[in-house]
Amino acid sequence: MNSGDDMLATAIQPAPVLRAIDVPARMARDEAATESNSIKIDARHVSISYGQKVAVRDVSLQVQARSILALIGPSGSGKSTFLRCFNRMNDLIPGASVQGTVSLEGENVMDPDVSVVELRRRVGMVFQRPNPFPMSIFDNVAYGPRRRGMKDRRKLEELVETSLKRAALWDEVKDDLRRKSGLALSGGQQQRLCIARVLATDPEVILMDEPASALDPVSTLRIEELMRELRKAYTIVIVTHNMQQAARVSDVTAFFTMAEDRAGYLVETGPTGRIFTRPTERLTEDYISGRFG
Amino acid sequence: MTSGVSAAQQGPGGPHQSLHRKASRGSILADRVATVALWGTGVFVLLLLGAIIAHFAIAALGVVSPSFVLDDPSDTVLGGILPILWNSIYILALTMLIAVPVGILGGIYMSEYAGDNAVTNAIRFAEESISSVPSIVVGLFGLILFVSALHMGFTALGGAMALTMFNLPLMTRLAEQALRAVPQEERSASLALGATKWQTIRHVVVPLAIPGLVTAVILTAGRVFGEAAVLLFTSGTGTPAHYDFSFFNFNDPAWATTSPWSPFRPATTLSVYIWKLNSEGLGAFKNQIVDGSAAILIGLVLIFNLGARGVGRLLTRRLTAV
Repeated sequence: MNSGDDMLATAIQPAPVLRAIDVPARMARDEAATESNSIKIDARHVSISYGQKVAVRDVSLQVQARSILALIGPSGSGKSTFLRCFNRMNDLIPGASVQGTVSLEGENVMDPDVSVVELRRRVGMVFQRPNPFPMSIFDNVAYGPRRRGMKDRRKLEELVETSLKRAALWDEVKDDLRRKSGLALSGGQQQRLCIARVLATDPEVILMDEPASALDPVSTLRIEELMRELRKAYTIVIVTHNMQQAARVSDVTAFFTMAEDRAGYLVETGPTGRIFTRPTERLTEDYISGRFG
Repeated sequence: MTSGVSAAQQGPGGPHQSLHRKASRGSILADRVATVALWGTGVFVLLLLGAIIAHFAIAALGVVSPSFVLDDPSDTVLGGILPILWNSIYILALTMLIAVPVGILGGIYMSEYAGDNAVTNAIRFAEESISSVPSIVVGLFGLILFVSALHMGFTALGGAMALTMFNLPLMTRLAEQALRAVPQEERSASLALGATKWQTIRHVVVPLAIPGLVTAVILTAGRVFGEAAVLLFTSGTGTPAHYDFSFFNFNDPAWATTSPWSPFRPATTLSVYIWKLNSEGLGAFKNQIVDGSAAILIGLVLIFNLGARGVGRLLTRRLTAV
């Protein structure tokens, strides 16, 4: 499915930047598959500053529906900050200001009259450290729907079950949904619980801020498998420090770095397979080959 | 020991120290002194607490009995302290009824809504200052305001309100600290799920802060139990003779001033009673009554603290479950 030009380009550059990272063959197919999809998120000229300090400068990028976009780059390059403007979590930081527009299906989420409550239901978020509430597994998953007024026991039970199944956690916890605290689970299970908790609010987009950085390799792989599975129904944006992870899991990769004034900016974005084998920018190549960052 | 491994000791950081090398004598000594001092302090505090409890437990041995708790005071026999014990509980309840909800709401405001600015810093400074005003001064203020200016006379309500002035700042400050101690990520998790700010406070922040809020209630209540100076001038020092606990008829003009359920009557509490007997008492059983009352007061504080923790645990379970 790859275009002929790309094949040719691969042939011309016989020494790929990274041998350690093998790009799954599946990815090449997925690249083409996403081309025709509609745009879910369209960020234009987004700049974010905290007081005087510019954290992110003039980033424009688009996220295709039902695809996984990975944001990679060194610490301090503004990836997480940029991610957090998709669900307006930056609102919570005193002194943070955002310029530019972020459209979710054509609606600017930066608009002051946008309901952040509704926005965050549609754009869910999974955090770096698994953070289940100190409540039962059931109550963790039911948290979002309950806050929106769902009281019917039967419906809640159904929703909790579906969400846990989608998060690939159901079989492990179905026997003590109400007895066991979410905090009593292992780290990897906790993170899948957090994903289930997001799924229960029926989002369209799921933001993941280094979702596996606190997990062991086995749990990490399970989360990655889950992401590939979820990609069929959801649009996912993931921030990761782990380049292998970005290569394994994402369809499109965006590389961020820092300017001399320490403001983060977007260097380049493209299909993951290409970014990891034939980046256009020297900075990207240096980063993914380990010469920088 | 060291000669055989000398080659292995050449690591990337230069020659390693042998594991068997003795730490310097000074640091070992400092470590031991610190351990002993910290241990000693802990043991000292425990002994002090134990000594106080033991003293009054022994002193109260022949005094405290069911009848001491359940009888009216008497001039001729040992009698009991029921009305005074009742007043302590009554004024505590009245004070906490105002201080706890207002304190928690104030704490929520200070922790979740008010930012860090000149005004909130001034509020915090005022809270801490009022808490450290000598209680006798607060009592005098209560005397001027409630007893004289508002013509209330010595009343349980006046006492409770003076105590509230004294305690509310502490309750608010402690509640704020308890709420602030809830990790920010819990709030983020809730908000990111599309919960509103109030839902986040109600369903995540407050339930997680309950152990801290219980501590706040216990510390605040402890001051109510123990406070004598504030109440001397506001709720009175007279020894009540007998309370008719079945006096519920609000329409009776005597209800307000004599019913034990009325907040508009004088109400001497245990602490005030102990002070009064000890300094002015003349009765033959004065010393026994003082010892017995002190033991009961200590018991009351313990029961209240344990009870508050129990209620806190129940609340945590209830609030986090739904």
